[in-house]
Amino acid sequence: MEPGDLRLSTATTSAAPASRRGRRRGGLLPALGPVLGILPFLLYVAVFLLLPVGVLAVEAFRAVDPVTFEESWSTANIGTVTGGAYARSYVGSLELSAITAVLGAVLGLALAFAVVTTRRGRLLRRLVLTASGVLANFGGVPLAFAFLATIGNAGVVTAVLTGPLGLDGFRLASLTGLALVYLYFLIPLMVLTIVPAVEALRPQWREASDVLGASGWQYWRYVGGPVLAPPVLGATMLLFASAFAAYATARALVGSSVPLVTLQIADALSSNVVVGAENLGKALALGMVVLVGLVMAFYTWVQRRTSRWLT
Amino acid sequence: MSATTAGTSTAGVAGAGGVAPETPVRAARRGRGAWRWVVFAVLGLYFLVPLAASVWFTVRSRDGVTADVYTSIPTAEGFTENFGRSLALGALTVLIALLLMVPTVVLVELRLPRLRPLVELLTLVPLLLPPIALVVGVRSVLAWAPEYFLGTPLAEAFFALQEPALPWILVLVYVVLALPFVYRALDAGVRGAQLRTLTEAARVLGASWPRVMLSVVLPVLRTSVLNAAFLTLALVLGEFTVANILGFETFPTWIVRIAGSQPRLSVAVSVLSLLLTWALLLLISALDRRRREEDPA
Repeated sequence: MEPGDLRLSTATTSAAPASRRGRRRGGLLPALGPVLGILPFLLYVAVFLLLPVGVLAVEAFRAVDPVTFEESWSTANIGTVTGGAYARSYVGSLELSAITAVLGAVLGLALAFAVVTTRRGRLLRRLVLTASGVLANFGGVPLAFAFLATIGNAGVVTAVLTGPLGLDGFRLASLTGLALVYLYFLIPLMVLTIVPAVEALRPQWREASDVLGASGWQYWRYVGGPVLAPPVLGATMLLFASAFAAYATARALVGSSVPLVTLQIADALSSNVVVGAENLGKALALGMVVLVGLVMAFYTWVQRRTSRWLT
Repeated sequence: MSATTAGTSTAGVAGAGGVAPETPVRAARRGRGAWRWVVFAVLGLYFLVPLAASVWFTVRSRDGVTADVYTSIPTAEGFTENFGRSLALGALTVLIALLLMVPTVVLVELRLPRLRPLVELLTLVPLLLPPIALVVGVRSVLAWAPEYFLGTPLAEAFFALQEPALPWILVLVYVVLALPFVYRALDAGVRGAQLRTLTEAARVLGASWPRVMLSVVLPVLRTSVLNAAFLTLALVLGEFTVANILGFETFPTWIVRIAGSQPRLSVAVSVLSLLLTWALLLLISALDRRRREEDPA
């Protein structure tokens, strides 16, 4: 952490003289060179990221007349997706992702602390971190099937639970079941994002606060907590976005029996029956983008509040 | 990831005493191990039971244990075809993502520090934007070909991108999804090395910029390039949403398709792909650490 910050500060101070030198040597061209070098990246992002989202924002407001098949501007799609079953699916998705994000953040933080503070835990740390890398990035399909084999209808653990123990009533194809599977990739994601911040907590700070007579609570209230709060908030936000966007796990596990907005989008797109369902899918997707944007705005606001609390 | 952990690991180990929450040091010392072992036990069970149960699910049979499902994987209908396609998509994605991001990260660090916030923001968006929203947008753009461009070369290009045997459109979207990981991995590598000093030295000694890139920057970034490439490959091999919505068959959509008729095969392939990816990542992190110990720069 520390050397990186140092590098950053020297980089910004030496940037100005460097560019001045470049201009003196060869006029405008050397200054243009680097911008040309970064142009492919900017173009790529414009075409494959900004254009599709922009198109979404425009075409969500197009509607097809069921009789004449004429396309026209309309807010009918937006009206449809903010009510009835679609609104319920938004609520379902938001609930599921909020609950799993908070649970995943708490459990992931606990695991990160446990791994970082284990003495002689090099091997353990590497095992946990690489496993987290796989589970957080590999996607939900293999995880869904691992859980189906465990507590699905014909699962190994299901047989134990319903047979000898006589328990019944848990279904994987429910919001609780999905939450159980989501945590399987959210906890690793939390571990991955928060471990650097936990490692950055210097033992000297704790020692200094102990020497000065602070209690454990005071250390966490005035030193550890304020240092960790922003990264923990950011990571929770990432977990939320990840759970909100999850589609593969839900599709593989439950088909479309649970009200989730990602499943609704897929259904709208594959529907050949309803005229204009394609545009409905766009409106649903636009709704997701808007919701993520709102949560981001809320996060930035909280972040600003916490940074005031810190100082 | 492994780059950051290896670098600060000593600080973390030394900090072992400083983390028992809400208790003064002496009390913490007495009951220190307990909470940690509770965490390890509970989460260990949570993470290992499904894996173990999946393995048991695939090997159990009426008369004992059998590895039939695993030996039948290579000859299973559609396996080689779809796994091969996903591997090819992954390789192409890695190639394009690196070609795009290595120059960008290096230029931002060395010549355009003022553009850093913009590049950081743009590479953060795919992390927060739901892939399903992105792919619905991509689908809408692709629909322009039959609607507006029919008969033009542009429409031909659009159709060529959607060849089911090797859908290039998937590669192009996967590059966007991989941007956050590739950028962060490369950026960590660039910041960890004294890149400015090294490139200035090379320039002073008379090397051209392309030569600096090839013989200074790339060797320095070797580990982070490897990390970025691996993360991207794992992402593509497991990606389901985009392929499913655009209607292409890849390795993950194949697993879901066969699940109905051959549940044991789908579980076996899932478990195997998870464990193999983990083994590969462990190998890379071990190589990374050995290199670090050889030349502690």
